[in-house]
Amino acid sequence: MSLKPAITDLEQLKDHPAVACLGASLPRAIEAAKYEHDEMSLAIERSSIREVCALLRDYPSCPFSFLSDLTCVDWYPSEPRFEVIYHLLSIRQKERVRLKVRLGDDAPSLDSVTPVWPAANFFEREVYDLFGIRFLAHPYLRRIQMPETWEGHPLRKDYPVEGYR
Amino acid sequence: MILNMGPQHPSTHGVLRVILEIDGETVLRVMPDIGYLHTGIEKTCEAKFYQQVVPLTDRIDYLCPLTNNLCYCLAVEKLLGLEIPPKAQWMRVLLNELTRINSHLVWLGTHALDIGAMTVFLYCFREREDILRLFEAVSGQRMMTSYFRIGGLALEPPLDFLDRVRDFVRRFPAKVDEYENLLTANPIWLMRTKGVARISAEDAVALGASGPTLRGSGVDFDLRRDMPYSSYDKFQFEVPVAQEGDVFARYICRVRELRESNKIVEQALAGMPEGPIKADAAKVVLPEREKMKTQMEALIYHFKIITEGFSVPAGEVYQAVESPRGEMGYYVVSDGTAKPYRVHMRSACLANLQTLPAMCEGRLIADVVAAIGSIDIVLGEIDR
Repeated sequence: MSLKPAITDLEQLKDHPAVACLGASLPRAIEAAKYEHDEMSLAIERSSIREVCALLRDYPSCPFSFLSDLTCVDWYPSEPRFEVIYHLLSIRQKERVRLKVRLGDDAPSLDSVTPVWPAANFFEREVYDLFGIRFLAHPYLRRIQMPETWEGHPLRKDYPVEGYR
Repeated sequence: MILNMGPQHPSTHGVLRVILEIDGETVLRVMPDIGYLHTGIEKTCEAKFYQQVVPLTDRIDYLCPLTNNLCYCLAVEKLLGLEIPPKAQWMRVLLNELTRINSHLVWLGTHALDIGAMTVFLYCFREREDILRLFEAVSGQRMMTSYFRIGGLALEPPLDFLDRVRDFVRRFPAKVDEYENLLTANPIWLMRTKGVARISAEDAVALGASGPTLRGSGVDFDLRRDMPYSSYDKFQFEVPVAQEGDVFARYICRVRELRESNKIVEQALAGMPEGPIKADAAKVVLPEREKMKTQMEALIYHFKIITEGFSVPAGEVYQAVESPRGEMGYYVVSDGTAKPYRVHMRSACLANLQTLPAMCEGRLIADVVAAIGSIDIVLGEIDR
């Protein structure tokens, strides 16, 4: 299981179902692609994330019908600071893909994908609670883990591990 | 009327608060409210070395601690590019399936107890005692075992361990027959579970349900068979699937999984390979105790690993395993240092809990209890 180098050339990766789907319908949405550790990661342009998710969910030859995970990584102090990660799974074809969207700190908001997969509901609430990213058109965007009156977003890198006393 | 079910309630299996809007005995709306067990494990992982995160993973889904260990270790081993020896992989499968039996026994006991069948609880926990003694023999701990390490296992199993597992495996199928005798054809059980809390396959997939919650609705997907890891592809087993999508269907799936896990453990015992239990990577895996006491290089590696950790190449990995509750995933991001940059646990129960409103709206309050039991939630995993 030795480490193979990452493949970042979109031409070499165009056979992967996610790249094929987006390459045919919405090629401008893919900002970058990386294939490493047998996993496909696509950097998606921020404004087209909901459309990309709908296309992938409805792609006939490999429908990514299952939203495995929706989370976020805080790359403070690099800009753009937040990176929202979507892990999709196609149950029929047994394929996975990872979508990444970079957001800046000034007004971190993103289209919610709950219209595409209702599974995103709790995951997006958690990202809002712990990172402070607002998801537009989410049916019930409230804090989920922390108490309702909490101030601050604990999983950000500038929030201390022990919390504030 | 709006009523609180929980957070302190014997049937919510942990500190889960369910806000019920009811009209008489009928439930109009269900809203789960979580976060009562949130301890910030994901934040804590960013402050620990990679090997120090392993005991934290036990506590997330505390009914299947070895499965959490396995998922995290597989993710970091993928980032490092380590080759795990076959004996370590087979022991991991054996212990993982014993953990699945362990977790399903707790599920069956508590689910039956909620619905009113109290005898089943003590029967299941009698078998669970045997499994916990096996875990104690192999790792020193009954529940929070932390037995897997990045690179293999922590310790060699004791010499009589495999014989004790053989003894358990020989006795277990008769016990599953006992549980089924008490429940499967029981008219009260059937009335409480058949047709209750139904969810369709499309809804289950759209809501992110996995594991028996998904297989009970007819979707045939199991990560052990379809996207195998840790040499699961060398084992023969069936994946139970039911079609109706109600509480009884999920019950049947899990009870059959008890028998299938028993079969996998039998196969693991029959074909257990010989060899080392840790990978050949001196900078990552602790050296043997005797070598550490006599050789200088081993002592230096031991010192460095414990005090400074080992650096993992920058990158990210999402590793998913089939836990007793569904797809448990670990998303590990590394920035090249000895501490993980981000560890995110994809909790199977958090996604499964989203099916609760779809299952219970329009039904009776007692059906909410049956539905929560059939989803098999563990609050440690939901809240982290």
